Amino acid sequence: MSSATLSQSRGRPMAFGSYFLLTLNILAMAGMAVFIWAALVYAKSATNLAGTEQMAQRIFYIHMGCIFGAMAGFLVSLIGSILYLITRNLEWDRITQASVEVGTLFGIGLTICGAIWARPTWNTYWTWDPRLTTATITILIYVAYLLFRNGIDNRRTRALFGNIYALFAFLTVPLTYYSARWFRSIHPVVWNGSNAEAQGDIGNVGATMGQTITIALISFTLLFCALMIQRWRQLRLEDRLEELREELE
Amino acid sequence: MASGNGLMPMQIADHPAQMRTEGGATAYFRKLWRITRKELQTELRAREAIGAMAAFSVLAVVIFGLAFDLAPRMDLIVPGILWGILLFAGVLGLNRSFGAEVDKGSLAALLLAPMDRSAVYFGKVLANFLFILATQIIVLPIMLVIFDINLFRLWILVGLFLGILGYVFVGTLFAALTVSVRARESMLPILLLPVMMPLFVAGVGLTALVLNGREFGDFDHWLLMLATYDLIFLVIAYMVFDLIWEDV
Repeated sequence: MSSATLSQSRGRPMAFGSYFLLTLNILAMAGMAVFIWAALVYAKSATNLAGTEQMAQRIFYIHMGCIFGAMAGFLVSLIGSILYLITRNLEWDRITQASVEVGTLFGIGLTICGAIWARPTWNTYWTWDPRLTTATITILIYVAYLLFRNGIDNRRTRALFGNIYALFAFLTVPLTYYSARWFRSIHPVVWNGSNAEAQGDIGNVGATMGQTITIALISFTLLFCALMIQRWRQLRLEDRLEELREELE
Repeated sequence: MASGNGLMPMQIADHPAQMRTEGGATAYFRKLWRITRKELQTELRAREAIGAMAAFSVLAVVIFGLAFDLAPRMDLIVPGILWGILLFAGVLGLNRSFGAEVDKGSLAALLLAPMDRSAVYFGKVLANFLFILATQIIVLPIMLVIFDINLFRLWILVGLFLGILGYVFVGTLFAALTVSVRARESMLPILLLPVMMPLFVAGVGLTALVLNGREFGDFDHWLLMLATYDLIFLVIAYMVFDLIWEDV
Protein backbone atom coordinates (compact mmCIF):
# COMPACT_ATOMS: atom_id res chain seq x y z
CA MET A 1 0.00 0.00 0.00
CA SER A 2 2.73 2.38 0.95
CA SER A 3 4.80 1.60 -2.10
CA ALA A 4 1.82 2.46 -4.31
CA THR A 5 1.40 5.91 -2.80
CA LEU A 6 5.12 6.46 -2.85
CA SER A 7 5.63 5.55 -6.49
CA GLN A 8 2.69 7.77 -7.34
CA SER A 9 4.30 10.71 -5.68
CA ARG A 10 7.58 9.86 -7.36
CA GLY A 11 6.04 9.63 -10.84
CA ARG A 12 4.14 12.88 -10.58
CA PRO A 13 6.25 16.01 -10.74
CA MET A 14 5.68 17.54 -7.30
CA ALA A 15 5.17 21.00 -8.77
CA PHE A 16 1.98 21.96 -6.98
CA GLY A 17 3.04 20.33 -3.75
CA SER A 18 6.43 22.04 -3.77
CA TYR A 19 4.99 25.49 -4.42
CA PHE A 20 2.40 24.93 -1.74
CA LEU A 21 5.07 23.90 0.73
CA LEU A 22 7.35 26.79 -0.19
CA THR A 23 4.49 29.22 0.32
CA LEU A 24 3.62 27.62 3.64
CA ASN A 25 7.21 27.81 4.83
CA ILE A 26 7.56 31.46 3.85
CA LEU A 27 4.22 32.23 5.50
CA ALA A 28 5.30 30.45 8.68
CA MET A 29 8.59 32.37 8.73
CA ALA A 30 6.86 35.70 8.11
CA GLY A 31 4.25 34.79 10.69
CA MET A 32 6.92 34.16 13.30
CA ALA A 33 8.61 37.50 12.49
CA VAL A 34 5.32 39.36 12.86
CA PHE A 35 4.58 37.42 16.02
CA ILE A 36 7.91 38.28 17.66
CA TRP A 37 7.38 41.93 16.80
CA ALA A 38 3.84 41.86 18.17
CA ALA A 39 4.79 40.04 21.37
CA LEU A 40 7.86 42.10 22.20
CA VAL A 41 7.01 45.54 20.78
CA TYR A 42 3.42 45.96 19.71
CA ALA A 43 1.54 44.56 22.72
CA LYS A 44 1.25 47.12 25.50
CA SER A 45 2.72 46.24 28.86
CA ALA A 46 0.47 44.73 31.48
CA THR A 47 -0.78 47.56 33.67
CA ASN A 48 -1.31 45.44 36.78
CA LEU A 49 2.33 44.33 36.87
CA ALA A 50 5.57 46.19 37.47
CA GLY A 51 9.32 45.75 37.05
CA THR A 52 10.65 42.36 35.98
CA GLU A 53 7.20 40.82 36.12
CA GLN A 54 5.93 43.27 33.54
CA MET A 55 8.71 42.40 31.13
CA ALA A 56 8.46 38.69 31.88
CA GLN A 57 4.75 38.72 31.08
CA ARG A 58 5.61 39.01 27.38
CA ILE A 59 6.84 35.44 27.36
CA PHE A 60 3.18 34.52 27.81
CA TYR A 61 2.58 34.95 24.07
CA ILE A 62 5.28 32.40 23.19
CA HIS A 63 4.06 30.20 26.01
CA MET A 64 0.56 30.18 24.61
CA GLY A 65 1.74 29.73 21.04
CA CYS A 66 3.59 26.62 22.14
CA ILE A 67 0.39 25.30 23.75
CA PHE A 68 -1.38 25.52 20.38
CA GLY A 69 1.48 23.68 18.72
CA ALA A 70 1.66 20.95 21.34
CA MET A 71 -2.10 20.41 21.48
CA ALA A 72 -2.34 20.32 17.69
CA GLY A 73 0.52 17.81 17.57
CA PHE A 74 -0.96 15.42 20.11
CA LEU A 75 -4.47 15.66 18.66
CA VAL A 76 -3.18 14.88 15.16
CA SER A 77 -1.20 11.98 16.62
CA LEU A 78 -4.39 10.55 18.17
CA ILE A 79 -6.20 10.76 14.84
CA GLY A 80 -3.18 9.28 13.05
CA SER A 81 -2.83 6.37 15.45
CA ILE A 82 -6.51 5.43 15.37
CA LEU A 83 -6.60 5.62 11.58
CA TYR A 84 -3.42 3.57 11.30
CA LEU A 85 -4.84 0.83 13.52
CA ILE A 86 -7.96 0.75 11.32
CA THR A 87 -6.47 1.11 7.84
CA ARG A 88 -2.86 -0.13 8.30
CA ASN A 89 -1.71 2.51 5.84
CA LEU A 90 1.84 3.53 6.70
CA GLU A 91 1.01 7.08 5.66
CA TRP A 92 -0.94 7.47 8.92
CA ASP A 93 1.99 6.11 10.88
CA ARG A 94 4.25 8.74 9.39
CA ILE A 95 1.68 11.40 10.25
CA THR A 96 1.56 10.14 13.84
CA GLN A 97 5.31 10.18 14.16
CA ALA A 98 5.73 13.60 12.56
CA SER A 99 3.03 15.18 14.70
CA VAL A 100 4.38 13.62 17.91
CA GLU A 101 7.88 14.90 17.15
CA VAL A 102 6.71 18.43 16.41
CA GLY A 103 4.23 18.37 19.30
CA THR A 104 6.96 17.25 21.71
CA LEU A 105 9.17 20.06 20.46
CA PHE A 106 6.44 22.60 21.23
CA GLY A 107 5.77 20.86 24.53
CA ILE A 108 9.39 21.26 25.59
CA GLY A 109 9.26 24.90 24.50
CA LEU A 110 6.09 25.32 26.54
CA THR A 111 7.69 23.94 29.71
CA ILE A 112 10.89 25.95 29.32
CA CYS A 113 8.98 29.20 28.71
CA GLY A 114 6.74 28.38 31.66
CA ALA A 115 9.68 27.74 33.99
CA ILE A 116 11.41 30.97 32.94
CA TRP A 117 8.19 32.90 33.42
CA ALA A 118 7.35 31.23 36.73
CA ARG A 119 10.60 32.35 38.35
CA PRO A 120 9.78 36.10 38.48
CA THR A 121 6.00 35.58 38.83
CA TRP A 122 5.60 32.64 41.20
CA ASN A 123 9.08 32.97 42.70
CA THR A 124 9.92 29.38 41.76
CA TYR A 125 10.87 27.60 38.56
CA TRP A 126 8.70 24.66 39.32
CA THR A 127 5.60 23.69 41.22
CA TRP A 128 3.39 20.60 40.99
CA ASP A 129 0.42 22.47 39.68
CA PRO A 130 -1.94 20.12 37.76
CA ARG A 131 -1.19 21.78 34.44
CA LEU A 132 2.56 21.55 34.98
CA THR A 133 2.29 17.94 36.08
CA THR A 134 0.15 17.00 33.11
CA ALA A 135 2.41 18.79 30.64
CA THR A 136 5.54 17.13 32.02
CA ILE A 137 4.08 13.62 32.08
CA THR A 138 2.68 14.09 28.58
CA ILE A 139 6.08 15.11 27.23
CA LEU A 140 7.75 12.19 29.00
CA ILE A 141 5.22 9.78 27.51
CA TYR A 142 5.79 11.05 23.99
CA VAL A 143 9.56 10.98 24.42
CA ALA A 144 9.12 7.35 25.49
CA TYR A 145 7.09 6.82 22.29
CA LEU A 146 9.97 8.11 20.17
CA LEU A 147 12.55 6.01 22.04
CA PHE A 148 10.32 2.95 21.72
CA ARG A 149 10.01 3.34 17.95
CA ASN A 150 13.77 3.57 17.58
CA GLY A 151 14.16 0.16 19.23
CA ILE A 152 12.05 -1.75 16.69
CA ASP A 153 13.67 -2.83 13.43
CA ASN A 154 10.76 -4.21 11.43
CA ARG A 155 8.93 -1.35 9.73
CA ARG A 156 5.41 -2.81 10.12
CA THR A 157 5.98 -3.81 13.74
CA ARG A 158 7.37 -0.37 14.50
CA ALA A 159 4.28 1.26 13.05
CA LEU A 160 1.87 -1.07 14.83
CA PHE A 161 3.48 -0.96 18.27
CA GLY A 162 4.14 2.76 18.02
CA ASN A 163 0.51 3.50 17.25
CA ILE A 164 -0.76 1.23 20.03
CA TYR A 165 1.46 3.12 22.45
CA ALA A 166 0.40 6.50 21.05
CA LEU A 167 -3.21 5.55 21.77
CA PHE A 168 -2.36 4.73 25.40
CA ALA A 169 -0.31 7.90 25.65
CA PHE A 170 -3.19 10.12 24.64
CA LEU A 171 -5.65 8.38 26.97
CA THR A 172 -3.35 9.01 29.92
CA VAL A 173 -3.43 12.79 29.49
CA PRO A 174 -6.93 13.53 30.88
CA LEU A 175 -6.53 10.95 33.66
CA THR A 176 -3.23 12.53 34.70
CA TYR A 177 -4.81 15.96 34.69
CA TYR A 178 -7.71 14.99 36.92
CA SER A 179 -5.59 12.98 39.32
CA ALA A 180 -3.08 15.84 39.61
CA ARG A 181 -5.91 18.30 40.23
CA TRP A 182 -7.43 16.18 42.97
CA PHE A 183 -4.01 15.53 44.44
CA ARG A 184 -3.34 19.21 44.99
CA SER A 185 -6.66 19.62 46.71
CA ILE A 186 -5.28 17.83 49.78
CA HIS A 187 -2.81 20.72 50.15
CA PRO A 188 -5.21 23.59 50.73
CA VAL A 189 -2.48 26.28 50.81
CA VAL A 190 -1.60 25.84 47.16
CA TRP A 191 -5.15 25.24 46.09
CA ASN A 192 -7.01 28.09 47.78
CA GLY A 193 -4.03 30.40 48.05
CA SER A 194 -3.00 30.80 44.45
CA ASN A 195 -5.95 29.75 42.39
CA ALA A 196 -8.33 32.64 42.94
CA GLU A 197 -5.61 35.02 41.79
CA ALA A 198 -4.17 32.79 39.12
CA GLN A 199 -7.35 32.67 37.10
CA GLY A 200 -6.72 34.26 33.73
CA ASP A 201 -9.37 36.21 31.88
CA ILE A 202 -8.49 36.07 28.20
CA GLY A 203 -11.62 37.94 27.12
CA ASN A 204 -10.87 40.99 29.23
CA VAL A 205 -7.38 42.06 28.12
CA GLY A 206 -6.38 45.19 26.24
CA ALA A 207 -6.81 45.49 22.47
CA THR A 208 -3.13 45.10 21.55
CA MET A 209 -2.81 42.09 23.82
CA GLY A 210 -5.86 40.46 22.27
CA GLN A 211 -4.48 41.07 18.78
CA THR A 212 -1.12 39.62 19.77
CA ILE A 213 -2.85 36.49 21.06
CA THR A 214 -4.63 36.15 17.71
CA ILE A 215 -1.33 36.62 15.89
CA ALA A 216 0.23 33.98 18.13
CA LEU A 217 -2.57 31.55 17.33
CA ILE A 218 -2.23 32.03 13.57
CA SER A 219 1.56 32.12 13.37
CA PHE A 220 2.12 29.11 15.62
CA THR A 221 -0.50 27.10 13.73
CA LEU A 222 1.31 27.96 10.50
CA LEU A 223 4.65 27.03 12.05
CA PHE A 224 3.20 23.74 13.28
CA CYS A 225 1.79 22.88 9.85
CA ALA A 226 5.03 23.79 8.10
CA LEU A 227 7.22 21.77 10.47
CA MET A 228 4.87 18.81 10.49
CA ILE A 229 4.52 18.58 6.74
CA GLN A 230 8.27 18.89 6.27
CA ARG A 231 8.92 16.11 8.77
CA TRP A 232 6.18 14.01 7.21
CA ARG A 233 7.78 14.33 3.78
CA GLN A 234 11.15 13.54 5.25
CA LEU A 235 9.83 10.35 6.87
CA ARG A 236 8.21 9.39 3.59
CA LEU A 237 11.53 9.78 1.78
CA GLU A 238 13.28 7.76 4.48
CA ASP A 239 10.83 4.91 3.98
CA ARG A 240 11.20 5.15 0.21
CA LEU A 241 14.97 5.04 0.55
CA GLU A 242 14.72 2.00 2.77
CA GLU A 243 12.49 0.25 0.23
CA LEU A 244 14.88 1.00 -2.63
CA ARG A 245 17.80 -0.24 -0.59
CA GLU A 246 15.99 -3.49 0.10
CA GLU A 247 15.19 -3.87 -3.60
CA LEU A 248 18.86 -3.49 -4.47
CA GLU A 249 20.03 -6.10 -2.00
CA MET B 1 -3.54 -17.66 9.67
CA ALA B 2 -3.71 -21.35 8.72
CA SER B 3 -3.86 -21.00 4.97
CA GLY B 4 -4.58 -24.68 4.48
CA ASN B 5 -2.28 -25.44 1.55
CA GLY B 6 -1.66 -29.01 2.74
CA LEU B 7 -3.38 -32.30 2.07
CA MET B 8 -6.63 -31.63 3.87
CA PRO B 9 -7.29 -27.97 3.43
CA MET B 10 -10.70 -28.00 5.05
CA GLN B 11 -9.70 -29.67 8.29
CA ILE B 12 -6.50 -27.71 8.69
CA ALA B 13 -8.22 -24.42 8.01
CA ASP B 14 -11.26 -25.05 10.14
CA HIS B 15 -9.93 -26.92 13.11
CA PRO B 16 -7.89 -24.22 14.87
CA ALA B 17 -10.70 -21.72 14.53
CA GLN B 18 -13.07 -24.21 16.13
CA MET B 19 -10.70 -25.00 18.94
CA ARG B 20 -10.21 -21.33 19.63
CA THR B 21 -13.81 -20.49 20.19
CA GLU B 22 -15.66 -23.70 21.04
CA GLY B 23 -17.00 -24.35 24.50
CA GLY B 24 -18.27 -20.91 25.40
CA ALA B 25 -17.43 -19.00 28.56
CA THR B 26 -16.62 -22.02 30.75
CA ALA B 27 -14.06 -23.30 28.28
CA TYR B 28 -12.65 -19.80 27.93
CA PHE B 29 -12.05 -19.48 31.66
CA ARG B 30 -10.65 -22.99 31.83
CA LYS B 31 -8.10 -22.09 29.13
CA LEU B 32 -7.33 -18.82 30.87
CA TRP B 33 -6.71 -20.70 34.10
CA ARG B 34 -4.44 -23.14 32.21
CA ILE B 35 -2.16 -20.24 31.28
CA THR B 36 -2.20 -18.91 34.83
CA ARG B 37 -1.46 -22.36 36.23
CA LYS B 38 1.45 -22.78 33.85
CA GLU B 39 2.82 -19.43 35.02
CA LEU B 40 2.39 -20.37 38.67
CA GLN B 41 4.10 -23.73 38.12
CA THR B 42 7.04 -22.10 36.37
CA GLU B 43 7.24 -19.58 39.16
CA LEU B 44 7.19 -22.27 41.84
CA ARG B 45 10.08 -24.06 40.14
CA ALA B 46 12.27 -21.13 39.12
CA ARG B 47 11.12 -18.39 41.55
CA GLU B 48 12.18 -15.77 39.04
CA ALA B 49 9.46 -13.14 39.30
CA ILE B 50 8.45 -13.11 42.96
CA GLY B 51 12.01 -13.71 44.09
CA ALA B 52 13.37 -10.74 42.16
CA MET B 53 10.45 -8.46 43.05
CA ALA B 54 10.49 -9.33 46.76
CA ALA B 55 14.25 -8.98 47.06
CA PHE B 56 14.17 -5.63 45.26
CA SER B 57 11.23 -4.37 47.33
CA VAL B 58 12.77 -5.29 50.67
CA LEU B 59 16.04 -3.70 49.61
CA ALA B 60 14.22 -0.55 48.56
CA VAL B 61 12.29 -0.38 51.85
CA VAL B 62 15.57 -0.64 53.76
CA ILE B 63 17.24 2.01 51.60
CA PHE B 64 14.32 4.42 51.95
CA GLY B 65 14.12 3.67 55.66
CA LEU B 66 17.75 4.70 56.04
CA ALA B 67 17.39 7.70 53.75
CA PHE B 68 14.36 9.11 55.57
CA ASP B 69 15.52 8.14 59.05
CA LEU B 70 15.58 11.77 60.17
CA ALA B 71 12.25 12.74 58.63
CA PRO B 72 9.87 14.07 61.28
CA ARG B 73 6.66 12.38 60.18
CA MET B 74 6.75 9.00 58.50
CA ASP B 75 3.05 8.98 57.57
CA LEU B 76 3.75 11.75 55.02
CA ILE B 77 6.49 9.76 53.30
CA VAL B 78 5.26 6.18 53.48
CA PRO B 79 2.46 6.49 50.85
CA GLY B 80 4.98 7.63 48.24
CA ILE B 81 7.45 4.90 49.22
CA LEU B 82 4.79 2.19 49.13
CA TRP B 83 3.53 3.06 45.66
CA GLY B 84 6.93 3.97 44.27
CA ILE B 85 8.34 0.59 45.25
CA LEU B 86 5.25 -1.12 43.83
CA LEU B 87 5.80 0.52 40.43
CA PHE B 88 9.55 -0.11 40.23
CA ALA B 89 9.46 -3.66 41.57
CA GLY B 90 6.55 -4.63 39.33
CA VAL B 91 8.65 -3.91 36.26
CA LEU B 92 11.03 -6.70 37.24
CA GLY B 93 8.24 -9.26 37.30
CA LEU B 94 6.56 -7.96 34.15
CA ASN B 95 9.83 -8.14 32.25
CA ARG B 96 9.99 -11.86 33.00
CA SER B 97 6.38 -12.39 31.98
CA PHE B 98 7.12 -12.57 28.26
CA GLY B 99 10.89 -12.28 28.50
CA ALA B 100 11.12 -15.79 29.94
CA GLU B 101 9.04 -17.13 27.05
CA VAL B 102 11.42 -15.62 24.54
CA ASP B 103 14.52 -16.80 26.40
CA LYS B 104 13.20 -20.35 26.56
CA GLY B 105 11.96 -20.18 22.97
CA SER B 106 8.42 -21.02 24.01
CA LEU B 107 6.66 -17.88 22.78
CA ALA B 108 5.68 -19.45 19.45
CA ALA B 109 4.23 -22.47 21.24
CA LEU B 110 2.26 -20.20 23.55
CA LEU B 111 0.83 -18.32 20.58
CA LEU B 112 -0.05 -21.59 18.83
CA ALA B 113 -2.09 -22.74 21.82
CA PRO B 114 -5.64 -23.37 20.61
CA MET B 115 -7.27 -20.50 22.45
CA ASP B 116 -8.18 -16.91 21.91
CA ARG B 117 -5.23 -14.54 22.31
CA SER B 118 -7.17 -12.65 24.94
CA ALA B 119 -7.19 -15.83 27.08
CA VAL B 120 -3.38 -15.80 26.93
CA TYR B 121 -3.43 -12.14 27.92
CA PHE B 122 -5.83 -12.56 30.84
CA GLY B 123 -4.04 -15.68 32.00
CA LYS B 124 -0.80 -13.73 32.16
CA VAL B 125 -2.60 -10.79 33.78
CA LEU B 126 -3.96 -13.02 36.53
CA ALA B 127 -0.53 -14.59 37.12
CA ASN B 128 1.22 -11.22 37.27
CA PHE B 129 -1.47 -9.94 39.59
CA LEU B 130 -0.88 -12.83 41.98
CA PHE B 131 2.90 -12.36 41.82
CA ILE B 132 2.73 -8.66 42.67
CA LEU B 133 0.13 -9.34 45.36
CA ALA B 134 2.44 -11.93 46.91
CA THR B 135 5.27 -9.41 46.84
CA GLN B 136 3.11 -6.84 48.62
CA ILE B 137 2.17 -9.38 51.29
CA ILE B 138 5.90 -9.66 52.01
CA VAL B 139 6.55 -5.91 51.80
CA LEU B 140 3.75 -4.57 54.02
CA PRO B 141 4.89 -6.24 57.27
CA ILE B 142 8.46 -5.12 56.61
CA MET B 143 7.24 -1.55 56.13
CA LEU B 144 5.36 -1.91 59.41
CA VAL B 145 8.61 -2.84 61.14
CA ILE B 146 10.84 -0.25 59.51
CA PHE B 147 8.50 2.77 59.40
CA ASP B 148 6.26 1.80 62.30
CA ILE B 149 3.18 2.51 60.19
CA ASN B 150 0.37 0.02 59.88
CA LEU B 151 -0.73 -0.20 56.27
CA PHE B 152 -3.13 -3.07 56.91
CA ARG B 153 -6.24 -0.95 56.72
CA LEU B 154 -9.25 -1.91 54.69
CA TRP B 155 -9.26 0.96 52.20
CA ILE B 156 -5.51 0.94 51.66
CA LEU B 157 -5.76 -2.75 50.85
CA VAL B 158 -8.70 -2.14 48.51
CA GLY B 159 -6.68 0.65 46.87
CA LEU B 160 -3.69 -1.65 46.48
CA PHE B 161 -5.94 -4.31 44.97
CA LEU B 162 -7.35 -1.90 42.38
CA GLY B 163 -3.95 -0.34 41.78
CA ILE B 164 -2.19 -3.64 41.15
CA LEU B 165 -5.04 -4.65 38.86
CA GLY B 166 -4.65 -1.55 36.70
CA TYR B 167 -0.89 -1.95 36.80
CA VAL B 168 -0.96 -5.49 35.43
CA PHE B 169 -3.61 -4.66 32.80
CA VAL B 170 -1.31 -2.11 31.21
CA GLY B 171 1.95 -3.73 32.30
CA THR B 172 1.24 -7.14 30.76
CA LEU B 173 0.32 -5.52 27.46
CA PHE B 174 3.46 -3.37 27.45
CA ALA B 175 5.56 -6.39 28.41
CA ALA B 176 4.24 -8.08 25.29
CA LEU B 177 4.98 -4.97 23.23
CA THR B 178 8.57 -4.62 24.44
CA VAL B 179 9.53 -8.27 24.32
CA SER B 180 10.75 -8.15 20.74
CA VAL B 181 12.40 -4.77 21.09
CA ARG B 182 16.11 -4.12 21.45
CA ALA B 183 17.02 -3.43 25.11
CA ARG B 184 13.61 -4.63 26.29
CA GLU B 185 14.57 -4.66 29.98
CA SER B 186 15.16 -0.93 30.03
CA MET B 187 12.40 -0.05 27.57
CA LEU B 188 9.52 -1.42 29.66
CA PRO B 189 9.88 1.00 32.62
CA ILE B 190 10.33 3.96 30.25
CA LEU B 191 7.07 3.10 28.53
CA LEU B 192 5.15 1.98 31.58
CA LEU B 193 5.95 4.48 34.33
CA PRO B 194 4.59 7.66 32.71
CA VAL B 195 1.38 5.89 31.72
CA MET B 196 1.06 4.73 35.35
CA MET B 197 1.13 8.29 36.66
CA PRO B 198 -2.64 8.72 37.24
CA LEU B 199 -2.72 5.41 39.10
CA PHE B 200 0.34 6.33 41.14
CA VAL B 201 -1.06 9.72 42.13
CA ALA B 202 -4.42 8.18 43.03
CA GLY B 203 -2.76 5.47 45.12
CA VAL B 204 -0.55 7.92 46.99
CA GLY B 205 -3.46 10.29 47.55
CA LEU B 206 -5.67 7.52 48.87
CA THR B 207 -3.00 6.05 51.17
CA ALA B 208 -2.09 9.47 52.56
CA LEU B 209 -5.73 10.29 53.37
CA VAL B 210 -6.41 6.92 54.99
CA LEU B 211 -3.25 7.22 57.11
CA ASN B 212 -4.44 10.69 58.05
CA GLY B 213 -7.51 9.06 59.61
CA ARG B 214 -10.05 10.63 57.23
CA GLU B 215 -13.60 9.49 56.61
CA PHE B 216 -14.56 7.39 53.58
CA GLY B 217 -16.24 10.39 51.97
CA ASP B 218 -12.91 12.25 51.89
CA PHE B 219 -11.07 9.71 49.77
CA ASP B 220 -13.76 7.87 47.80
CA HIS B 221 -12.85 9.90 44.70
CA TRP B 222 -9.44 8.19 44.66
CA LEU B 223 -11.07 4.77 44.65
CA LEU B 224 -13.25 6.00 41.80
CA MET B 225 -10.15 7.16 39.92
CA LEU B 226 -8.45 3.79 40.40
CA ALA B 227 -11.57 1.92 39.26
CA THR B 228 -11.97 4.21 36.23
CA TYR B 229 -8.34 3.70 35.28
CA ASP B 230 -8.75 -0.08 35.57
CA LEU B 231 -11.88 -0.09 33.46
CA ILE B 232 -10.55 2.15 30.66
CA PHE B 233 -7.29 0.30 30.27
CA LEU B 234 -8.90 -3.11 30.61
CA VAL B 235 -11.10 -2.35 27.61
CA ILE B 236 -8.29 -0.81 25.52
CA ALA B 237 -5.81 -3.57 26.37
CA TYR B 238 -8.40 -6.23 25.48
CA MET B 239 -9.03 -4.49 22.17
CA VAL B 240 -5.40 -4.14 21.10
CA PHE B 241 -3.82 -7.29 22.51
CA ASP B 242 -4.98 -9.32 19.51
CA LEU B 243 -3.08 -6.98 17.20
CA ILE B 244 0.36 -7.52 18.70
CA TRP B 245 1.10 -10.87 17.10
CA GLU B 246 -1.10 -10.59 14.04
CA ASP B 247 1.89 -11.08 11.74
CA VAL B 248 3.26 -14.11 13.55
